[in-house]
Amino acid sequence: MSSATGLPEGVAAAPLPVAEAGTPAWQRWLLVAGGIILALAPLWVLESFHLFQLTMAVIMALAVLGLNIVTGYNGQISLGHGAFFAVGAYCTAILMSHFDWSFWWTLPVSAAVCATVGFGIGFPALRLAGHYLALTTFALAVAVPQLLKHKAVEDWTGGVQGLFLVKPDPPAFLPVTPDQWIYLVVVSIAAVLFFLTWNLIRGRIGRALMATRDHPTAAEAMGMDIASLKTKAFAVSALVTGIAGSLSAVAIEFVAPDSFTIFVSITLFVGMVAGGVASILGSLFGGLFVLFVPNIAESISKAAPGVIYGIILIGLLFVMPDGFAGLLRRLTARLRRGGTS
Amino acid sequence: MDGLAHQIIAGIATGGIYASVALALVMIYQATHHINFAQGEMATLSTFIAWYLVTEGVPYWIAFFATIGISFVIGALIERILLRPVQNAPPLTHVGVFIGLLLIIGNATGWIFGYTTKVFPTPFVSDAPLFGGLISAHELGTTAVTLVVLLLIFVFFRYTKLGLGMRAAAYNPRSARLVGINVGMMLALGWGLAAAVGAIAGMMVAPVVFLDPTMMLGILLYAFAGALLGGIDNPGGAVLGGFAVGVLENLAGAYVVGTELKLTVALIIIISVLLVRPAGLFGRVVLSRV
Repeated sequence: MSSATGLPEGVAAAPLPVAEAGTPAWQRWLLVAGGIILALAPLWVLESFHLFQLTMAVIMALAVLGLNIVTGYNGQISLGHGAFFAVGAYCTAILMSHFDWSFWWTLPVSAAVCATVGFGIGFPALRLAGHYLALTTFALAVAVPQLLKHKAVEDWTGGVQGLFLVKPDPPAFLPVTPDQWIYLVVVSIAAVLFFLTWNLIRGRIGRALMATRDHPTAAEAMGMDIASLKTKAFAVSALVTGIAGSLSAVAIEFVAPDSFTIFVSITLFVGMVAGGVASILGSLFGGLFVLFVPNIAESISKAAPGVIYGIILIGLLFVMPDGFAGLLRRLTARLRRGGTS
Repeated sequence: MDGLAHQIIAGIATGGIYASVALALVMIYQATHHINFAQGEMATLSTFIAWYLVTEGVPYWIAFFATIGISFVIGALIERILLRPVQNAPPLTHVGVFIGLLLIIGNATGWIFGYTTKVFPTPFVSDAPLFGGLISAHELGTTAVTLVVLLLIFVFFRYTKLGLGMRAAAYNPRSARLVGINVGMMLALGWGLAAAVGAIAGMMVAPVVFLDPTMMLGILLYAFAGALLGGIDNPGGAVLGGFAVGVLENLAGAYVVGTELKLTVALIIIISVLLVRPAGLFGRVVLSRV
């Protein structure tokens, strides 16, 4: 990390993404190429259902990334990110089913709406620290299904029945099925957003976010506008999670109030902790974790995947507080040390 | 006018439930500065234990007190096993542990007892309408039980040596330890008491809302609102806040927003309290030194 920022060492010394400065350029390109191949391989390898599951995992990863921006990097604990996920999903669903918009045009609208809502939530959040913010966002997430079902908005949201929509068709020149196409769309959008977030976090703004998290007073003394940073972090975070919601709406082709209960928010939180708090790569692990672990848990005990989920969560907090990303980081660090000595 | 009076009285009856859960939350908050997100799930599990005992033929009041005892032990064990190791961890870890606890207890309850809605018996039945039909026997009984519990808790903390020790451990752990109080034991006791109070609230509300694994989610939200309204570091305030929220919720449900938005009322109360008066009506304003 460059010391030109004027920040005291240690204040912003949070875990950084894997491909850090010091890695030779060719290695970084190799990583990118490997990533692209890894992302495209499932198109040929997996059949429809598993491809859909993977699509959902990538979507969840994106939502976890959004949560990580505000909770992981900025330290504002949100238990209500499912609300932004719902706003994004409903934006896309309403525009597509009531106004016949094409999916693509709904994305910027959904991004703008979610960022605005996030900004709006960010304001009261400024006055709430730690547990209080967790509590308020928890209450928000609990109230979401009720709000969506309410009579005043029923005409738009479709009430309890929800809304149906159709996947966008693949362009004629690509020989892919709609399922494969939606996977491609999701992966590309997620890749772009992951890259942009990575860029945001490793730069000046990212260091400011982490400084605000680790030592607000010192950060303020350095001339950082804490209020503005925190509300903007909320807005960006809501935007990313909202886009994930939009993508989930078209991938599932259906939205309904009861798919956005408090457990969406809890799932995202679990994903963040499991993948790695304040880690970009960790968000990806988190998405895979929340989609595939319940399945595995179900194979252990049909009746209570939730119990195993909870046990895994607490177990991880006890033995591996920095998640899978932290584990990976420690392993690679050990490998490197072993290699040079 | 009769309708209004009935709404207010019904509000006081449910307010008693919120007040109990709010008190449980405040007891844990005071001792550890944690907000127990799993409080509702713990109470639901206790209520299911009571339901099981009653359906097995145990008389209601024996089941009632047995459940309180079992809940006390469960609460104390949770503190010992799950919270003690992360005592000094950052808030994120605590929130994570509470969420994990919520998942485990909530799903275990459904797993063991099933997800179907169950009828929970009430010990308070009366053939004649009370006070001209203004209040049901169950409402009256619930309010009485709640008031007795609150009084007992008050007497316990105010006039017994153990209560004093627990207050000391919560107020200033280091000094308490120096005068020979076993702070760890006090924390476990506090958790046990909170779980017991939550269990009573669960058993009192179950005949009204019916028993299922998600029974307490909405109630927990109202208890949060009540605790915040009264001041989360003031047990008396939290109790009053709980009653106030109960009445407010009933009136808003009957005259303003209808029943579909009841949870949103809780959200609005929480947000407005935190924005207008974050310390609550009777709370201490905490200034932190940097």
